[in-house]
Amino acid sequence: MAAAPDNLLVADKVRKEFGGLVATDDIDFTIPHGSIVALIGPNGAGKTTFFNQITGVYVPTSGSIVFDETQVVGKPPHAIVELGVGRTFQNIRLFAQMTAIENVLVGMHCRLKGGIISSVVRTPRVRREERGARERARELLTYCGLPRRHEEYAGTLPYGDQRRLEVARALATSPKLLLLDEPTAGMNTQETAAFTAFVRQVRDEKALTVLLIEHDMKVVMGVSERITVLEYGAVIAEGTPNEIQANERVIEAYLGRGTAA
Amino acid sequence: MSTIARSGFVSRVRTDRSWWLAGGLIALALIYPIIVETLQALPFIGDFVPRTSSMVVMLVFTMMAIGLNVVVGYAGLLDLGYVAFYAAGAYMAGWLASLQFADVTFHFGSTVSNDKPGIHVSMWLILALAGVFTMIVGILIGLPTLRLRGDYLAIVTLGFGEIVPQFVRNADQEGIGFDLTHGTFGIAPIDSLGVGAFIFREQRNKDDLYYWTAIALLLFTVFCCIRLRDSRLGRAWIAIREDETAAAAMGVPLMRTKTWSYAIGAFFGGVAGAFYSSFKAGAFPADFYFNISIFLLCMVILGGMGSIWGVLAGGMILGYLNIEGLATIGSKVQDAGLHFDPTKYQFGIYGFIIVVMMLFRPTGLIPERRHKIELVEGVHDTPFYDVQTEGTLTDRDMSDD
Repeated sequence: MAAAPDNLLVADKVRKEFGGLVATDDIDFTIPHGSIVALIGPNGAGKTTFFNQITGVYVPTSGSIVFDETQVVGKPPHAIVELGVGRTFQNIRLFAQMTAIENVLVGMHCRLKGGIISSVVRTPRVRREERGARERARELLTYCGLPRRHEEYAGTLPYGDQRRLEVARALATSPKLLLLDEPTAGMNTQETAAFTAFVRQVRDEKALTVLLIEHDMKVVMGVSERITVLEYGAVIAEGTPNEIQANERVIEAYLGRGTAA
Repeated sequence: MSTIARSGFVSRVRTDRSWWLAGGLIALALIYPIIVETLQALPFIGDFVPRTSSMVVMLVFTMMAIGLNVVVGYAGLLDLGYVAFYAAGAYMAGWLASLQFADVTFHFGSTVSNDKPGIHVSMWLILALAGVFTMIVGILIGLPTLRLRGDYLAIVTLGFGEIVPQFVRNADQEGIGFDLTHGTFGIAPIDSLGVGAFIFREQRNKDDLYYWTAIALLLFTVFCCIRLRDSRLGRAWIAIREDETAAAAMGVPLMRTKTWSYAIGAFFGGVAGAFYSSFKAGAFPADFYFNISIFLLCMVILGGMGSIWGVLAGGMILGYLNIEGLATIGSKVQDAGLHFDPTKYQFGIYGFIIVVMMLFRPTGLIPERRHKIELVEGVHDTPFYDVQTEGTLTDRDMSDD
């Protein structure tokens, strides 16, 4: 598949084997600039594994992933973040013993410059940078629905706020592509609806591209423009929400053979 | 800890108070050599007041403990070979300020008279050079080892902590064909600190002069470590300690950040080693055994990992027990007619202290603010894993889907 210039990410035959297990089986996948794309599939289909290959946690056994016209296969995770890929985790992974604002500041790590000696001396430049970063962190937290409790430890925040903080932390890396791994897990219907609207708002206001893994079909159908369905590590369908809803293989994968009719 | 206590007014009062406390302690520390004799003359407790020379040793060890705290407390990397940095600093001083290389005569800003053979560089400059040299050693050791995590890292650092003393014991004419470390004899004498013709070691109050220098070095160490803790780098260290995978996914370069923690920890170990070798006037391999690494680690754990004030307290307490305290207590016990010498069981006693600490106060004497939260509010009681994903515990496992 040739890298079309209007795609932010192009994955070509991405394969990951764990011993004999093929976790992702030659996945071809593209994300157009500015779109919201969903990755769905039954448990164990390889969605998170695919995520982890985009973010450099796993190195694919073979295949290529081109992000923003740069090959990311083989790059360490922090270098991929620097290129502009921010992510959240399926199982919240905040720095529990750091405050909310510190979590966001860690997200800004690769966008800040303060060095060792300049930090010890606290040069005017470092002071200014730190002050600016804190201000931006507060804005981001508020933007993500955490107007208060910035100085509280992430581990002591309620579940919903932890989810919001994860998004704020991911946005702090100034991403071009935001990867959300089951962002609405554990949320009630109301929170889920609010979050769905929020994802669209973030995409529009921050000029982002979003890729999300999601189990909640209401979210998937409501927010995404393209959907890719994985089963046993392979792409079984790809299309708009309407196409996917009508696709027999997808229904089969989710509900089993014979129920498709 | 309540929300109110952490925010605004109350916390400012607390900060003010802690600055007053710090100022008071510094003032007290500065006049210590002047009042020490008065203190020692006090009835009963006078016997327990350490001599100024003992205080110098305690300060040196505390300085190393604070350096180790950067590695263990901040970045969460268990380093069991810190003594290697101590040795590197001491031998750096040995090479650059003694008769060790008598074939060469090189003087640079030294207090030693110009006709003496050997390399003699200003001891003040050596303190800085030893720090930088040890930092490089730290980076060289760190680059291959810091790819490991947890227990594996501890074991490899343990290895380096053993290699270095063995190396200095054997790196003489017979061992490597070139007398680098003078083998088991060590390098002595090492030059004194001094300014121009004012040589500390030749003064009547030499211990006092070394003591004040040690205080200055310790304050410098504390200052640097506080500033670094509150910097971009410090946040990255703590993030790595909290969750390495998440830190990497947020753009923290793991290897570089860990190596810096190692290098900075090493820096202070090197400075302390060089200073101590000048105070003792020699660098001897018997000073660099493995148990020093453990002893320093005990200081960090006793005081509270990650907490500067805690490690200061832990370092001074264990340092005191080691150099004078146990002996003093021992003599008191024997005066009372009991045949028990605690100095014989010193590591047993330290081990006992650590076990008791782990049982009753696992976060240390003066815990790091962050750890205190964990202990009081039970951070890990809240589910980190995804409650909706069939309730499976996916906390540390990335491979699930």
